[in-house]
Amino acid sequence: MKVTFPHMGHMWICLSAMLEYLGVEVVVPPPSSKRTLTLGARHAPEFACLPLKLNLGNFMEASELGADTILMAGGCGPCRFGYYAQVEHAILEDLGYKYRLVVMEPPQKHVGELLSKIKYITGHSSWWEVVRGIRFGYQKARMVDELERQANYLRPREIHRGSTDKAFKRALQEIIAAKHPRDLPQAGERVRKIMAQVVIKPRPVLRVGIVGEIFTLLEPFANYDLERRLGYLGVETDRSIYLSEWINDHLFLGLVRGLRSRKEACQAAPPYLNHFVGGHGQETVGSTVMYAKQGYDGVIQLLPFTCMPEIVAHSVLPRLSTELGIPTLTITVDEQSGEAGLVTRLEAFIDLLARKKGVV
Amino acid sequence: MTLKVGIPRALLYYYYLPLWRTFFEALGLEVVISRPTTKTILDAGLQNSGDDVCLPVRLAFGHVLDLKDRVDVLFLPRLVSIARREYICPKFLGFPDMVRHGISGLPPLIDPNLNLYRKDSPYPFFVALGRNFTSNRLAIYLAYRRAMHAQVRYVQLLERGLFPEQALALLYQGVAEGQESGGGGPTVAVIGHPYNIYDPYISMNLLSRLARSGVRVCSADNLPETLIREQAARLPKHLFWSLGQRMIGAAWHYLQSPDVDGIIHVASFACGPDSLTGELISREVRRRGKPFLNLTLDEHSAEAGVVTRLEAFLDMMERRQFLPVRESV
Repeated sequence: MKVTFPHMGHMWICLSAMLEYLGVEVVVPPPSSKRTLTLGARHAPEFACLPLKLNLGNFMEASELGADTILMAGGCGPCRFGYYAQVEHAILEDLGYKYRLVVMEPPQKHVGELLSKIKYITGHSSWWEVVRGIRFGYQKARMVDELERQANYLRPREIHRGSTDKAFKRALQEIIAAKHPRDLPQAGERVRKIMAQVVIKPRPVLRVGIVGEIFTLLEPFANYDLERRLGYLGVETDRSIYLSEWINDHLFLGLVRGLRSRKEACQAAPPYLNHFVGGHGQETVGSTVMYAKQGYDGVIQLLPFTCMPEIVAHSVLPRLSTELGIPTLTITVDEQSGEAGLVTRLEAFIDLLARKKGVV
Repeated sequence: MTLKVGIPRALLYYYYLPLWRTFFEALGLEVVISRPTTKTILDAGLQNSGDDVCLPVRLAFGHVLDLKDRVDVLFLPRLVSIARREYICPKFLGFPDMVRHGISGLPPLIDPNLNLYRKDSPYPFFVALGRNFTSNRLAIYLAYRRAMHAQVRYVQLLERGLFPEQALALLYQGVAEGQESGGGGPTVAVIGHPYNIYDPYISMNLLSRLARSGVRVCSADNLPETLIREQAARLPKHLFWSLGQRMIGAAWHYLQSPDVDGIIHVASFACGPDSLTGELISREVRRRGKPFLNLTLDEHSAEAGVVTRLEAFLDMMERRQFLPVRESV
């Protein structure tokens, strides 16, 4: 059994760490690229959202590398993601791919169903081992997130352009290379050393919060490397969702203390959005409110074209933006998006923020 | 003076009007329904809603604007869930907020949550709704009973083969202005969300156009709920959209039914749930090989384009009848 899963930013690091620790053979799909998107968009429904198209492309490319089992997450709506796996599988089947599909559904009736699927994937590992594997993957997710946060702080302040990204790549390799939980502390030490070598100078920077749909937030291919671009424009960014926070909220049910949680974001959303709307719609609105209160200079909302929860969020943003005095920019991405158009809009938005703050 | 409650002629109006209307009238309120869709109403909706929002919701904005200055309160229930473990669409969950923050100068909104995700009875919803107008629990209970009764009658009429407008006319004016037609003509099932297929302006008179061409038309709403759910249960996973259940269940039933000669799937541009349920339907149709037309509507749809495609579809069905499919070549 060769297991594959879709890409979402650096999620593959955490997932393959966990699976490989448990002795599962993993095929990581090639990083999402133009080819992935072309393959996916050709066979996916026209109005499906971008993540589905990229997932599909990932699976097709992973199959070329010999993958035969898909590991996917499920959901119970109303966001479309909950039905992705089934539709993707139907498409792949009609195309003649021979994939086994294992969907981790949130347990609705009893937890046994989910446990038996974990058992199916992990084979003869004991439950204790499974727990340790999950913990290992989670620790890696924490490290990667910490690294990303650091890079977002350093990038607008670096003296030599590109030095942060170079260090980031090397540091990421250190995390990937750790094959056992006991290697993690040393890897963390090396990561710290690498990042400490980036030379920065204090300068006034703009602070922008990035909110929106989780896939487009986390996947640099989908958002045209938004964080890096903003960094080079002299902007320090913060994202409303990091992978480890999402895991803690949705899989550990908030077991890990001291992390930012979606609850706060949802509580901040009224009176603009009084009810959950699926996906991360309410978090988007709530996080925008929180960024405004924390004195951020602006907020960028990212969403895939036709994303329903984010469209609801987008509808209430103009009022929020006026009342709380925080400029917002909404960026919709799909297979038709062009880089030049995005860059122009970003530059215009950042110019506007800089003028407002007086740091031109 | 009686209080005027406004109900937009949009979204689930075609499913639930008798329920809402009877309830309000039993409480002694006056119900005002927005006027049938016109270009003015649609344009107003388009101007006041975001570009990414789908046509049905933008149209609903237009209907809210049509009511804005004519009523004392607006009834915009937050339809979270109308069946166990199902939702409708995220936009239904957020609709009251989208309206509240998108349109200024609105009368007070009445937007209680209807959430049957873990419950079976809508009674608490009606209690919360009725409390806005009276503190008399008995009056609310009686109004609820009458409303449910009216709704059951309405659904019975639909299952007898009437379409919402005919059924509503029968209920409220006592006349059935029939479009009974299609003696000997082919039968076509029109599968689509009620707010797309039953709004004559949005669907460009699709139903009456078909009827005039001698086609007998049926839709998901002519089928009993149990039948639809039985069919939809063939899916690999329980579908969590109530409207999607109806679309898929009806499409699969009509696909197998020998009395139905063709299927038209109507979706609005960029509709999220339809992008997946439509895909599942069209894949199943391809396997079974029935004439199939996929019509996508948006605010730029032109009548001529729709008519041409419809004619081509009807021609295709006609040829099929004269040229029987060769079983083996």
